[in-house]
Amino acid sequence: MNVLSLLWVFGLLSVLAVGGGTAVLPEMKALVVNQYHWLTSDQFGQIYSLGQLSPGPNMLMVSVIGYRVAGCAGAAAALLGFFLPAGLIMFFCGRIWDRFADSPWKEAVQRGLAPLTIGLMLAGTWVLAKTVILGPSTAVIAVVVTVILLVKHVNPALLIFGGGIVGYLIGR
Amino acid sequence: MTNEMLSRPEAHEGPAGAELTRAEAAAAVERAAIVGDEASAEPLEVRPVTLWRLFQVFFVLGITSFGGGVVAYLRQALVVKQRWMDDETFLSGLELSQTLPGLNATNMSIYMGERLRGVPGAIVALLGMCLPGTVIVMALGMLYASQARTPAMVMVLGGVGAAAVGLTLATTLQIGKKQLAKPLDLSLVALTFVVIGVFRVSLVTALLTIGPLSIWLYRPRKRAAVDGPAGAAK
Repeated sequence: MNVLSLLWVFGLLSVLAVGGGTAVLPEMKALVVNQYHWLTSDQFGQIYSLGQLSPGPNMLMVSVIGYRVAGCAGAAAALLGFFLPAGLIMFFCGRIWDRFADSPWKEAVQRGLAPLTIGLMLAGTWVLAKTVILGPSTAVIAVVVTVILLVKHVNPALLIFGGGIVGYLIGR
Repeated sequence: MTNEMLSRPEAHEGPAGAELTRAEAAAAVERAAIVGDEASAEPLEVRPVTLWRLFQVFFVLGITSFGGGVVAYLRQALVVKQRWMDDETFLSGLELSQTLPGLNATNMSIYMGERLRGVPGAIVALLGMCLPGTVIVMALGMLYASQARTPAMVMVLGGVGAAAVGLTLATTLQIGKKQLAKPLDLSLVALTFVVIGVFRVSLVTALLTIGPLSIWLYRPRKRAAVDGPAGAAK
């Protein structure tokens, strides 16, 4: 039963993920934490962090959410749900995309969705911030990382690991 | 095929002159990122890529790309290093990836895999991209499950999460530079942010209302087809 719910929830998130993983975070948290009560807010933030520590797309962390809900079948359901629907859409649209290369509506869709995407990503960042920033030191880490990345060209992975080390040393 | 090429199995393309074209293409991509116009490059001579090789390349990307920005790695590997694809095709796929739902990294894997080897190519590229991360995040997840309550684990993950907030904020600001500078776009950004982040309207509702509105504002017009709603943007 939970496996089916996972498939449904992550399948829904998959087709809604215009703007990628960050953009869909508020909806994911609303469903996983508030509606289905699969995780607490803290756990959601911590599992998101696990995704940041892993290579590849950080949204692969949905497998951990699925695993906690329904074991290995749950992990598979979450992955399948989150990656298959959007993947199929991409596959079929990719095949016909060139035909729309000269359509004026292509430009309209791209330009119109761009600000929407940025707004969704900001909302995702906001929800993430409210989830994981629980005290002054986490706030400082977030601000420092933002500033460093905007000013200098640094490998983000170093800052992610650095954040973990600083978090370990000084706590919340 | 020359001897030199045989001695370098990775090099899929011969003439040194191609390097220049490549550099120009790279510059065109840089320009495209700023100006927003289409980059053009000489079409590559696409040779059949084996599925195994395709898997290897995406697997390496899947295990080495940390902290987002997978797209830059993808371009480096497939356009610059392997030369399986020209910049125009790459950018076209990127536009599509950003417009459709799904992550850029996986959408691009599917698009590129499909271009190179059809259906099996798309599957193999997606698997290569996702397999290493899945194994590692699941291993971390199991470790987390057994250690979730230890203060050390909580503190490390707290620090990582905080750094991730910084990363997503910086990424959003960098990607959105253009949108945040134009009044019309900025109001759409703000509207979306407030509706989702503050009023917690469901994403379906938001997409189905703000989406069409936003596209309508940028609808094709005869006079200002190139520059969008010029009147509104000023």
